[in-house]
Amino acid sequence: MAEQRLRDEVAEDERVLTERGVAPEIEDPTAPLVQAGARIERPPDIEGELEPEQELMTINMGPHHPATHGVLRLIVTLRGEEVLDLKPVVGYVHTGIEKNCEDKAYWKVIPYVERMDYLAYFFNMEAFCGTVERLLEIEIPDRAKYLRVIHMELNRLHSHLVWLGTSALDVGAISMFWYCFRERDKILDLFEMSAGQRMHTRYFQVGGVFEDIPLGYERKLREFIADMPSRIDQYEALLDRNEIFLRRTKGVGAVSRERLLELGVTGPLLRAAGEPWDLRKSMPSLAYCDLDFKIPVGTVGDCYDRYRVRVAEMRESVRIIEQALDGLPEGPWIADERKYVLPPRDELSTSMEALIHHFKLVTEGYRVPPGELYYSIEGPRGELGCFVVADGSAKPARVHFRDPSFTNLQAFRDMCVGGYIADLIANLAMLDPILGGIDR
Amino acid sequence: MAKPGAVVPMPDAPGLELIAQEINAAQPGAVTETALENDHATLIVDPAHVLAALRWLRDTEGQRYTFLSSLHAADYLPATPRFAVHYELLSRDRTERLNVKALLADPAAGSPNGHRVARASAPEPRTPGSEAEDVRVDGEAVPLPTIDSCVELFPTAEFQEREAYDMFGITFAGHPDLRRILMPEDYVGWPQRRDFPVGGEPVLFTHNEIETPRWFE
Amino acid sequence: MEIERRRLGPAGAGGARVPAPHEQPRTPEEFRAKALKARDLLRGDLQGRDLEEFVEQSVFTTTLEKGLNWGRSNSIFPATFGLACCAIEMMSMITARTDLARFGAEALRASPRQADLLILSGRVSIKMAPVVRRLYDQMLEPKWVIAMGACSSSGGMFHNYAVVQGADKFMPVDIHVPGCPPRPEALLHGFNKLQRMIRGRPDLGWRQRYNATGTEEWARLEPGSPSPEAIEAAARAIESTRVAKPSAPEPRTPGSEAEDVRVDGEAGGGGTDA
Repeated sequence: MAEQRLRDEVAEDERVLTERGVAPEIEDPTAPLVQAGARIERPPDIEGELEPEQELMTINMGPHHPATHGVLRLIVTLRGEEVLDLKPVVGYVHTGIEKNCEDKAYWKVIPYVERMDYLAYFFNMEAFCGTVERLLEIEIPDRAKYLRVIHMELNRLHSHLVWLGTSALDVGAISMFWYCFRERDKILDLFEMSAGQRMHTRYFQVGGVFEDIPLGYERKLREFIADMPSRIDQYEALLDRNEIFLRRTKGVGAVSRERLLELGVTGPLLRAAGEPWDLRKSMPSLAYCDLDFKIPVGTVGDCYDRYRVRVAEMRESVRIIEQALDGLPEGPWIADERKYVLPPRDELSTSMEALIHHFKLVTEGYRVPPGELYYSIEGPRGELGCFVVADGSAKPARVHFRDPSFTNLQAFRDMCVGGYIADLIANLAMLDPILGGIDR
Repeated sequence: MAKPGAVVPMPDAPGLELIAQEINAAQPGAVTETALENDHATLIVDPAHVLAALRWLRDTEGQRYTFLSSLHAADYLPATPRFAVHYELLSRDRTERLNVKALLADPAAGSPNGHRVARASAPEPRTPGSEAEDVRVDGEAVPLPTIDSCVELFPTAEFQEREAYDMFGITFAGHPDLRRILMPEDYVGWPQRRDFPVGGEPVLFTHNEIETPRWFE
Repeated sequence: MEIERRRLGPAGAGGARVPAPHEQPRTPEEFRAKALKARDLLRGDLQGRDLEEFVEQSVFTTTLEKGLNWGRSNSIFPATFGLACCAIEMMSMITARTDLARFGAEALRASPRQADLLILSGRVSIKMAPVVRRLYDQMLEPKWVIAMGACSSSGGMFHNYAVVQGADKFMPVDIHVPGCPPRPEALLHGFNKLQRMIRGRPDLGWRQRYNATGTEEWARLEPGSPSPEAIEAAARAIESTRVAKPSAPEPRTPGSEAEDVRVDGEAGGGGTDA
């Protein structure tokens, strides 16, 4: 009965199309659409066949989503719960920082670039200041190098703590959030003590650091370092052998080392896959060559390895800070080049040259001779590079940051395709993207 | 190989010259200049041969610059050629960095420099309103500077080339998916070009209130 | 020490003055009397008129609207919405050192349909602005917005093509918290200010300023329960039958919406949304 109706309709269609001059494409209109003996997935009286693509669902996650770690939008093609394709859409927090920097004197650029990767602000500052110092060919004093290393490693700890808290929150271990932020507040107290502000401190200047550390700082930092390893033990005790956490992260999102290198991924993601590449060891700068620390390297490269690598990095950071504090040399904390560095304030009332230098530096800023340079350091997420084009004036002609999260995001598709949505969330947590750095 | 301190490890001047000669032997006219300043080793290449140069650097034994750290563009506006695409290469085995710079002229400024004009190879517009080129008042599309895309050589370049396209309007021929990445899809203009204004709105004080005074009431 | 036990009568045996229902005990004797009455209540010794008086003095009676406002201010559900760096300090406000949960705002809801408060923490780029507006529209009345930090209040340091110069260019904002990023304590201060605003006068005034009354979206309750407009009408009916309040409400001057404390404010006057 249904077949007869089908045949009638097909014949009708053919007649209409022939009238209009369009040849029908059906070879044998009377052949059954579903072969006898075939495994029927749908009832046979539905006309036509469903295309395979119609079984797929494309959903949009974000930009507002509790688990997207910022405003990341993911367009995910699903078959059921399985992820077949993934397209990240970024740009929702694009702030035009690089364009704004072209308008400002070099020392005014520092607060701008700090706010790119907003969890690694000391690293952003170091990348920019390091580039400008190399363009100017000035050496920074040893005390400044050690102070920079101390603050950068504290910032790495801080970034990893925030990562651990929010990642555990995404995967379901909600209490970790409070524990990690408890330590994070202690680190921010230290930043407030030395630099005056908790986040975005503008502490590094071209030539060194802005101010020496105050009197109680070393004691407070030592207390913190003495406490921290036991806290990391506590975090590991909560998560390391937690069955739910293991089930959600073991074997999830592994990408091969070669593929990660092709995609330009650096940082803990690459080290978790087994590649021992860390710019602090391979191209050391500042005081890293004098300090003794190890680089944790994973084996498989799945989410669990990434977690372990970052937690181990936290321990190494504590060791680095301790060594740097023990070896902190006395001396000036900023270079003595009056052309680029503000003179000390007590000289302003006695020395005319100091006053003139101060005036010129504050109003116009220092001029950097023409040239361009790319300099990169190891941030908490990978290789953070800064490219500055100087044209001889007091303002940079181009500032560009090679942000690690931007390139790491290209690996996200490889990590998630073939897994479930729950694995996508775990992958995103372990990828540690910071949208401020991605979008700049 | 890696010297601690302020020096970035890179090939020294004679090494750089050797590399330039070898690339030119393999592909004549590829490398036009070498530069070594501020501890930054640069090979300036002709954009038409940039893929050949990159492939040579990546595949040759003894060079093996297999990691593309960064691909970024710059606009040197009063100078010509105006645009440059920088390829920051890294050889992880020898921990050495090398910069490859391809200078592109702006075809809209009418100064031919041996580069292809964008019109033939610009990507098709996706939806009306998101044309790949700036549309002028008289309706003619402005040509864009073009260079070959190195996504087959270095897959990491995918997002970075999209960013260079978004910010400067440089089209990469052969890129699988060249569309805006940071700005909204239908944005018109290339924000980080030097002649694009910084933007923002004039800050409203009482002396320049645009509406009636105390408009907020 | 001898403990004197005596039963307190309606006229205040022993010469103690019985405080009026809206007054708090002022002298130590009044306070002692109140404490003894509480003890009697616990023992089950208060009967009849004594019990009624005790209840009148202890239970917080108010108009329905003030009660609703008090409840709303102490159970705000913030939306988890972080844009940029300020989001980290907002997370810090929620965690243990600066604890937002002690003000009742512990339940952070991810869905805007279940949230009251949108804390715009971070810079609003031009690509994100329509998304934020859509989120705000999806929220149900009553809803409030705190613009946290310099970037969402006024564009901050980013005076360029990509950042909206202040979120109140496209959506109404109640409290601006300055800072870059503001300390968690500063954000908490802003939050408390918002709470006082809610308790004092729930309509935020912007609907009058921009002539946008009638644009509210209310949640539909179960079919049998009264609609918010019916609740309003009932509250006003109850108001009109009560004795006049001790102090007259102050007239609202234009431009003074930012004041936070209103001791005996208008009972539902002025705004159409509570």
